[in-house]
Amino acid sequence: MGEATRSEVVAAAIADCWAQDGELFASPMGLLPTLGARLCRLTSNPDLVVSDGESLFLASPGPLGSSAGVVEGWIPFRKVFDVVAWGRRHVMMGATQLDRHGNQNISAIGPFDRPARQLLGSRGAPGNTVNNRTSYWVPRHSTRVFVERVDIVTGVGRARAEAAGATRFHDLHRVVTDLAVLDFAGPDGTVRLVSTHPGVTVSDVTAATGFDLAVPEAVPTTRQPTSTELMLIREVLDPTGLREREVPS
Amino acid sequence: MSLRPRDKRMSIEDVVARLEDGMTIGIGGWGSRRKPMAFVRAILRSPLKDLTIVSWGGPDVGLLAQAGKIRRLVYAFVSLDSIPLEPHFQRARQLGTIPEVTELDEGMFQTGLRAAAQRLPFLPTRAGLGSDVMVNNPSLRTVTSPYDDGETLVAMPALTLDVALLHLNRADPHGNATYLGPDPYFDDLFAMAAARTYVSVEQIVDTAGLTIDAPVQRLLLSRMMVDGVVEASGGAHFTSCVPDYERDERFQRAYVGAAKDGDAWPAFEARFLAGDEAAYQAAVTSFGKERDDG
Repeated sequence: MGEATRSEVVAAAIADCWAQDGELFASPMGLLPTLGARLCRLTSNPDLVVSDGESLFLASPGPLGSSAGVVEGWIPFRKVFDVVAWGRRHVMMGATQLDRHGNQNISAIGPFDRPARQLLGSRGAPGNTVNNRTSYWVPRHSTRVFVERVDIVTGVGRARAEAAGATRFHDLHRVVTDLAVLDFAGPDGTVRLVSTHPGVTVSDVTAATGFDLAVPEAVPTTRQPTSTELMLIREVLDPTGLREREVPS
Repeated sequence: MSLRPRDKRMSIEDVVARLEDGMTIGIGGWGSRRKPMAFVRAILRSPLKDLTIVSWGGPDVGLLAQAGKIRRLVYAFVSLDSIPLEPHFQRARQLGTIPEVTELDEGMFQTGLRAAAQRLPFLPTRAGLGSDVMVNNPSLRTVTSPYDDGETLVAMPALTLDVALLHLNRADPHGNATYLGPDPYFDDLFAMAAARTYVSVEQIVDTAGLTIDAPVQRLLLSRMMVDGVVEASGGAHFTSCVPDYERDERFQRAYVGAAKDGDAWPAFEARFLAGDEAAYQAAVTSFGKERDDG
């Protein structure tokens, strides 16, 4: 199939986030997370439940942007919120800012009362992070994203969940970026480096991270996609190469 | 004496005449989907002011903010979906022109509408705990479970509305209404959270017509929930109203381009928003023809 590009390594790393989840609703926000969730459904976890990003569960997920194919369920927004509270869901959200404790910000940059840059708002991030498993996707790993303190806490990290007595269903899983895979197994539930993508060094990652990242003694390289995964990415799920726009080679 | 239920048909202007300064108005739909834009445009033309707007925000929020109609905004997000950020809303927040903002988590927003619909002062929810939603809204309180678990939860207060404004696909003259797209959003919840509800639809049909080609599950609103029905074809434009029409992406791009560029906005406003709803629809038709003519 030829060598895997960075975006294909990322897609496989994102797919791995849902691999052990069994039968639950994968809720990817954004392009690479959607590609990864569909890839996971078609490889490591056939029980995974995926949607068209609108209101349908897809029995046979097809190319990005397509909702064609067999429908196996109905998931309008009201039922999404029911599933969030029920817990059978693993969401992968974006993060404009993410700090060492796993607090995420998608609301606004600057002070809440008069932001320098208004973004989306809190969306479902507060509820997601105290109700169901949560991962993050960061397409541009940089010190602008990985900051010492987020301006506004939308998604809740471990320490904030503990302080609020909300750890019962709090379950931060992983962060996948264009450089590396991270998790929250550092001291006191802080961010830790899991693996660096092929061609990326540990110092590349720490230099692009604006806080003290927990780094284990040995850091493996993120795995290469299998030939089956490459075939599915290139010929089935993303034949027009949309992934290259988000993670250029 | 008629043995039929009341006929609630009225005009867009009749609805806006029933709104008052300072009211709390819930707006149905979601983002840039099935928004009651004909009602929103009529509010823009009216002298109404100091409104509290409760919305899964899209261009409704952007336009009302730009026109200075909003005293307080209650939202979990404001987005145009295919274009993530709403430029009028961004500018209003960055310039501080909305005096009071209540930013909630989506689940809290739904829970607040549910509490209002059930006439409860609040409902408990886990959503919001530990987040800055609790910090930026200091009036929010938590409640401790009275049972053995003793869990602390957010006591989400009721989002009680004076009026709900909705846009659906079909209604009969009495207010029974169907949605024909993939998602009901929360329009029934808005109606039950509100003292009064006005719904515009693509087409008013007789009661039997509502279920002639659609299953009964499509009947989202009962006439008990509805105070006025307006026929407004294209009333959700430029947001989506499938299967009647998709979002007008070309128009939305033009809207965003004009909204981002302060100099371009007056021309956009003059072309599309200066007249009544018929003038708007005529201007949209002419805008569509520009493309057809190449």
